Amino acid sequence: MHICVNGTDHDVPDACTVADLLREIGLYGRPVAVEVDRSVVPYAEHTTFVLEPGSVVECVTLVGGG
Amino acid sequence: MAEDHTPPLQVGSFSLKSRLVVGTGKYETYEVMQDALAASGCDTVTVAVRRERLLDDQGRSLLDFLDLDRYTILPNTAGCFTTEDAVRTARLGRELLDQLGNPGKDWVKLEVLADKATLLPDPVGTLEATKELVADGFTVLVYSSDDPVMARHLRDAGAASVMPAGSPIGSGRGVANPAAIRIIIEQLTHAEHGGDPSYPVIVDAGVGTPSDVTIAMELGADGVLLNTGIAHAKDPVLMAHAMRHATDAGYLGARAGRIGKKLYASASSPWEGVIATIPGE
Repeated sequence: MHICVNGTDHDVPDACTVADLLREIGLYGRPVAVEVDRSVVPYAEHTTFVLEPGSVVECVTLVGGG
Repeated sequence: MAEDHTPPLQVGSFSLKSRLVVGTGKYETYEVMQDALAASGCDTVTVAVRRERLLDDQGRSLLDFLDLDRYTILPNTAGCFTTEDAVRTARLGRELLDQLGNPGKDWVKLEVLADKATLLPDPVGTLEATKELVADGFTVLVYSSDDPVMARHLRDAGAASVMPAGSPIGSGRGVANPAAIRIIIEQLTHAEHGGDPSYPVIVDAGVGTPSDVTIAMELGADGVLLNTGIAHAKDPVLMAHAMRHATDAGYLGARAGRIGKKLYASASSPWEGVIATIPGE
């Protein structure tokens, strides 16, 4: 199914969880906050939260800033 | 005997040992940033929330260079131009700091900007976002203009600290309107103006030199937040030392009570016993 991750289209298997997605894009285990359709998905739910076709996902981290 | 050190700054439930808060952006290297933060004496540092790069480039990240046991992280909403985006960014920052086990998860430096050229705060969006984030349980430190009326609105909306800009972000123009900053400080912190002496006002942005920091503190600010003034100095570590001392100098100077200004001179050495001929006498 098609989803959007950080502004880019991605193909992922059906029933893909947030944790599955993070593994696929190489971010699993790194400090990443995830938002799906404008709501934060807490870390504790990464393995159970199932993405849907068209889900808009943001994966963010902390960078230098003022 | 007067205190020769500055007491902690209380912002909501947060106690800051240093009244200088330093940003983590714009340094030439992470190593320089580490040394500059240490030299500044700060225990609170600001960070931004940004999209992860999707390719694992084995690159180094900010978090590899920040001692999370030493620093309380203050995530910002820099780069947000709407209330909704600022609230989303704040919540993502909270989620990250919760994962990292840093106490900074409970607060946010709120910025809702009007445009990229001026980076001035959008007052309407800033006020709306303040209300939303306060309702969501955040300790909200709000980047604002130097408008005293807006500062009161933000305080009344539940902001834990109002942070007026000395001048535009990154401009290095210092405290452009000291009278406005002073009025904000009086209105928010002086009981005779309806203020609360424990309410923290932190001057944020535009501070370029140690003297700018001292001026802000002498005006009565409780703290100063800066980034570019250190990060883009020729020697950021040396400048960080200077900013640290400037913060303390301004804090102590503000409380020591300055002399009044006079039009004419006032000799420090006694006239009595002078052996010279004094003109006109």
